[in-house]
Amino acid sequence: MRIALFADIHGNREALTACLDHAGRSRIDRHVFLGDYIGYGADPVFAVETVMAYVEGGAVALLGNHDAAALEPDPGMSDLAFAAMEWTRNKLSSAHLAFIKGLPLSGEESGRLYVHANAYAPGAWEYVTGPHAASKCLMATRAQETFCGHTHVPMLFHMSVTGKVASFEPADRVDIPLTARRRWLAVIGSVGQPRDHNPAACYAILDATRSTLTYIRVPYDVDAAARKIRDAGLPLALSYRLAQGY
Amino acid sequence: MAAHDLKEGQAIDGFRLDSALDPGGMANFWRVSRTNAAAGGAERGEFPMVMKVPLLRRGEDPITIVGFEVEQMILARLSGRHVPRFVAAGDFERPYIVMEFVCGRSLKGLLEKTPLPPDEVATLGAKIAFALHDIHRQHVTHLDLKPSNVILRDDGEAVLIDFGLSRHDQLPDLIAEEFEGAVGTGPYIAPEQVLGDRGDPRSDIFSLGVILYFLATGERPFGEPQREAEWRRRLWRDPQPPRWWNTKVPPWLQEIILRCLEIDPDGRYASAAQLAFDLQHPTEVLLTRRAERRTRDGLGTVAMRWFRARKAPLRRCKSVARQLSRAPIIMAAVDLSAEAEPLADALATAVGRLLATEPDARVTCVNVLKMARLALDPLEDAEGRNPHLQRLIELKHWARRLTVAGDRTTYHVFESTDPAGAIIEYARNIQVDHIVIGARGSSTLRRYLGSVSAQVVAEAPCTVTVVRVPHQGHRSEAA
Repeated sequence: MRIALFADIHGNREALTACLDHAGRSRIDRHVFLGDYIGYGADPVFAVETVMAYVEGGAVALLGNHDAAALEPDPGMSDLAFAAMEWTRNKLSSAHLAFIKGLPLSGEESGRLYVHANAYAPGAWEYVTGPHAASKCLMATRAQETFCGHTHVPMLFHMSVTGKVASFEPADRVDIPLTARRRWLAVIGSVGQPRDHNPAACYAILDATRSTLTYIRVPYDVDAAARKIRDAGLPLALSYRLAQGY
Repeated sequence: MAAHDLKEGQAIDGFRLDSALDPGGMANFWRVSRTNAAAGGAERGEFPMVMKVPLLRRGEDPITIVGFEVEQMILARLSGRHVPRFVAAGDFERPYIVMEFVCGRSLKGLLEKTPLPPDEVATLGAKIAFALHDIHRQHVTHLDLKPSNVILRDDGEAVLIDFGLSRHDQLPDLIAEEFEGAVGTGPYIAPEQVLGDRGDPRSDIFSLGVILYFLATGERPFGEPQREAEWRRRLWRDPQPPRWWNTKVPPWLQEIILRCLEIDPDGRYASAAQLAFDLQHPTEVLLTRRAERRTRDGLGTVAMRWFRARKAPLRRCKSVARQLSRAPIIMAAVDLSAEAEPLADALATAVGRLLATEPDARVTCVNVLKMARLALDPLEDAEGRNPHLQRLIELKHWARRLTVAGDRTTYHVFESTDPAGAIIEYARNIQVDHIVIGARGSSTLRRYLGSVSAQVVAEAPCTVTVVRVPHQGHRSEAA
């Protein structure tokens, strides 16, 4: 059973297409979308409709904070995110909004937990950026493996039987064995707006049979995605950051 | 499943326990076979297998648990002749690893026969160094190299076992995250490991130095310290030179051993392949003051080191891959004939560029004396000169323009009926990373007969750079 995990697509059509193409050549049995399909990027309709089609085919999709903000403005958002969301909301149809409204905050299957931000308060959108938050997240669930997004920085946390939590920066395309003797929290990097200084889109493949997790960086046409953001009249900073991966 | 509950004949996940082997300190070992195996498995490439089952009792040292987890992770990622082949691993409820049962003898058995003759020490050392280089190339540092973790296959190849304290460059370092401070085995642990650095492949070179010292003298350079506080001593106290124990240790071997045992990793061999090279070429070893030492450093030097070691910071791991990439072995295949003189110049320029960018590189200069028929050509030419020696002198003369330190360059002249074959075989034997070779012009005759450089490009086990001299005609057109 091979599961492809996608997080933080943020309306980036070029990045999403590149990742799905790559996954299409990687014998994937199941697609899991960890939220934040829209916001920042110029193709929110494409992103939502693509995820809708996969869900119809049996994929899992969760609610992210930007998706929720399309339904109800979130005053806690940064100015950039807020401005982009005002623009995005006008592009979406009632069918798109109805789909978003039906998305759950988390999902669980076979000892795995999927959630957008964290396991301890999924709807409060706190970030898992270090071992402290990771520890809180791992304590909040009995699942052996938790998968989330939200930070846009790929990171793998793990907790040993003695309760020690450590972090690890995964390398590109290395199969990491998720050993049975510890619990794992995988923060999947972002498809549409990576922030770890590497502009390539990021997604991950979990091989549930072999218990390995592989982070994959996929180069895509950053210039095209950035140009569309400029042409749409969205804040310029959102286009520049794509090329820098921050 | 507790390790001590297992019984002969029992089946676990498709493996049958055939017979118990001597238990280790942290695990039991069983010879196993597949329950569904048909007769004649050996002919189908099947190999004998062993199951390692950790002794996980309540209150057991957590290092047993984490070490086993690490070995499950890392062994599954390693391949090649120098590690046991990984077969399967059990889950949380039934922890075990099934791997190849390596037919051979443990290096530990040889310790009773020490001191061994120098050439035997060098041969064994080179085998172990090649095994280390092989795992280093696969992003792994062993970090617990000792005689009981080396098995010599019946064909003489060394196999490394027990990866419970190892580190993989690209996987989480579970040991470092679970334990603060030094993790290793007292007599063999490297100084930087004592300080908590777990990423340097040269730590394994230090441990191999301890093994070589033991094999050559019958003594352990740092004794058998048990407590971590005693391990720190090696940060300032150097061991007695091997010749202090055994005057039959030749200077070249003492040079090699003490270089492996340098306190600062930068003072050691930059890669295990470079160490193997010296062990295979005793006459090429550049002797320094290390070779001549009769006793340990004076108290003044030791006191200074002690003072510095007190303030030594905890060092952060670097990457195995980065260390290896800065320490390649480069082979310059030099054509010394008169008509190839401009080419020899261009070759020196190309090799010089590589050496400038890779600070720990070694270069081996090779020339092949082509024989019509092997061993039947006269050893002296008409004027009574030895052509082999003549070539060696010319080769050293050519290398003068490389302007690198002497200990980074060696020279070899081979006699062969097949120059390309000789170059390729030597590159394979000493694990060359990069061959630089010249190609003469592209005449029609050459296209039909095939050139040495073309064959080397096609068959070499490593990167090859082909150097050409720009065609004269092109130059005049440009002018």
